[in-house]
Amino acid sequence: MLLSGSAQRWAASAGRWGCRLLALLLLVPGPSGASEITFELPDNAKQCFYEDITLGTKCTLEFQVITGGHYDVDCRLEDPDGNVLYKEMKKQYDSFTFTASKNGTYKFCFSNEFSTFTHKTVYFDFQVGEDPPLFPSENRVSALTQMESACVSIHEALKSVIDYQTHFRLREAQGRSRAEDLNTRVAYWSVGEALILLVVSIGQVFLLKSFFSDKRTTTTRVGS
Amino acid sequence: MAGVAARRLPEMGLSALLMLALCAAGARALYFHIGETEKRCFIEEIPDETMVIGNYRTQMWDKQKEVFLPSTPGLGMHVEVKDPEGKVVLSRQYGSEGRFTFTSHTPGDHKICLHSNSTRMALFAGGKLRVHLDIQVGEHANNYPEIAAKDKLTELQLRARQLLDQVEQIQKEQDYQRYREERFRLTSESTNQRVLWWSIAQTVILILTGIWQMRHLKSFFEAKKLV
Repeated sequence: MLLSGSAQRWAASAGRWGCRLLALLLLVPGPSGASEITFELPDNAKQCFYEDITLGTKCTLEFQVITGGHYDVDCRLEDPDGNVLYKEMKKQYDSFTFTASKNGTYKFCFSNEFSTFTHKTVYFDFQVGEDPPLFPSENRVSALTQMESACVSIHEALKSVIDYQTHFRLREAQGRSRAEDLNTRVAYWSVGEALILLVVSIGQVFLLKSFFSDKRTTTTRVGS
Repeated sequence: MAGVAARRLPEMGLSALLMLALCAAGARALYFHIGETEKRCFIEEIPDETMVIGNYRTQMWDKQKEVFLPSTPGLGMHVEVKDPEGKVVLSRQYGSEGRFTFTSHTPGDHKICLHSNSTRMALFAGGKLRVHLDIQVGEHANNYPEIAAKDKLTELQLRARQLLDQVEQIQKEQDYQRYREERFRLTSESTNQRVLWWSIAQTVILILTGIWQMRHLKSFFEAKKLV
């Protein structure tokens, strides 16, 4: 390129700075945190979620079906190249941990395609990396004081309490949904059965009567 | 020639800046694809007096370039939140990037529904929209660095505040648990009652129809002089 010497040097240094900036950006820690979502999955439907994950991040996908049918769903997790990392059919609850081996968009899908008329409610918790630290400058050189480390361990313990509470709530929601379902079914079937009982009994009597009425005419004809 | 180089440098700087902006904008959220008139609903089962903050960002699919545009001005999303009784708590239109907040006043399943209001999509987007969504509930919704700055808390005080918020959330969840258990118990007792009374009723109907059948047939056969 026909550039003057100074312009060339300036361009080169700017290029170097650009590369350094880019390299710095790659060193920036990737996305972290958890996404906890409960969504409705209609019958014969498939819903996919995507997340961009950086290399080396430890991720956990946990899902549970809360309401609907036999409380099962198909789940599939794929890496950016389309390789299937996890695939399970008709599972009620599962938890899968993996470490991202590539940078890119990971995709996981829930499918209710095997069901013809039951909507399902699915809960999933996708944890990517660690939770973001309380202070932006968490990676400090000074060690934590005793009070601070006590606070950190209490925080971790409370996080697991909240986690257990969530799981308990989901199981209870499942149980409650079954109980309410049972309640309405008992009502409908009882009324239905009582009606069928009445109809069948009355019908039987009249049908029987009709047999004897016909026989009488035939016997008179035979007699004559 | 120097002009060519000079034009390329801002371009490089701009792309680096864009990447930085994307990282800073918290591109950490989960995303999914939504059709034009499609409505996506999310359920949050939360106790009383809990704050929920949702952040979303939309990107429109560009059919020609086969890529998602970084931002879509003019595209709006309608957010509707319903409480467990079906009453609408929040129903608002936001831009292509938005943040919605609501606080629950009754414990239970709150339904958050999103759908786009745009009809432009059908024209040149191939009907696909990428939505980045992040919903934070209760204690997770608090922004601690902000609270520290506002109330001028030391590190230890901030940690204590975080622990207090967590414990409060646990307490609320326990109260909600007690309320749910009561509902479950009422449902079970109602089922029990129904099963009991309907079984008795059906047995009574059975016996009565049996008796009626026998009496009716007996009188019928007697009339026909067969018995």
